[in-house]
Amino acid sequence: MTAAPIPGSSEALPANPLPPPAAPPQVRPSLSELFIAFATVSLSGFGGVLAWSRRMMVEERRWLTAEQFNETYALCAFLPGGNILNFSVILGARFRGALGSIAAAVGLMGPPLLLVLGVAALYAHYGEVAALRHMLTGVASAAAGLMLATVAKMARPLFRSRSVSGPLVALGTFASIGILHWPLPLVLAVIVPVSIAVAWVRL
Amino acid sequence: MGAVMSAGGGTLGKLAGYFALLSLFAIGGGNSAVPEMHRFAVDVEHWLSDRQFADSFALAQLTPGPSIIIVTLIGYHVAGVLGALVTTLAMCGPPALFAFFIGGAAERFKGAVWHTVLSRALVPVTIGLTAASATVVASTADYGWIGIAITLGTALTAYYVRVHPLWAFAVAALLGLSGLM
Repeated sequence: MTAAPIPGSSEALPANPLPPPAAPPQVRPSLSELFIAFATVSLSGFGGVLAWSRRMMVEERRWLTAEQFNETYALCAFLPGGNILNFSVILGARFRGALGSIAAAVGLMGPPLLLVLGVAALYAHYGEVAALRHMLTGVASAAAGLMLATVAKMARPLFRSRSVSGPLVALGTFASIGILHWPLPLVLAVIVPVSIAVAWVRL
Repeated sequence: MGAVMSAGGGTLGKLAGYFALLSLFAIGGGNSAVPEMHRFAVDVEHWLSDRQFADSFALAQLTPGPSIIIVTLIGYHVAGVLGALVTTLAMCGPPALFAFFIGGAAERFKGAVWHTVLSRALVPVTIGLTAASATVVASTADYGWIGIAITLGTALTAYYVRVHPLWAFAVAALLGLSGLM
């Protein structure tokens, strides 16, 4: 199966990947290596961490082959929560068990958490400065645009196939959340079973 | 501002409970839960204004790391550093446990039929949720014609060319600063 595209992360792909190793590497990174790898990935990843994690895990450290990376990432897209967080937990567990998961997840979330606390404190002081407000509005507008581009890229194959059910599910989800502002759990409780039933019938 | 707002255990408990529940509904990544966060934090609880929510989203995008870090900013806004920690832990803890206990087992069933079914079923839902997130963010920012122009310009550019987000943000910040917004 193919990996589901990850929203918000397709723009930051580092260009020109090295050829991936052919054989599955036999490596077992230590706890500190896991922590440092995910902290590095996290701090170098703007607007989505997927591309950077691929670069580090597959091309630089060779902890995973390209196929292993895709398979693991596809699995993470099913699980609830941030994909990259799930990825860090699963990869950490694979190499070093529960402690590995903790080392990887804390490496991923710890540094940006500290950084964003500093940002939050600055915002609390300077959030009303007109220049900053104008700049942030510009950034939010651009971020919305990036998400729209991601949606368009993801939706292209969906709308190109002859099935109407996929586009209908996408539009129904969009309308109920984005326009009608209905609660997410309620919408998912209805739309996910419907979507699964349709996918099952069309199999 | 919001950060110095006093918060009792009630608020912290509410933050923890809400974000722990929300974390399990965030399919397809953190950004898909943005409209729901907005609904609850702005419309229901009035923890933030529309503009503060849009600012938090922008700041989370500007900070390196997973975009889910927006919940840390919301938590800080509601209940200071403690609120930030509680909210982040609530948003990350349940999915992490889920991934730890379910992830390994699910891996063994890779290639199974339900795997394909689930993948086909969830992709359109994720697309709808991401589109909704873009709409909610765009509609909460102080939005003038130049904001609309930035959104559409960025969307078109990023659709056809590979754009590093930081370049897009830098250009957009300068356009915003030009005072036309």
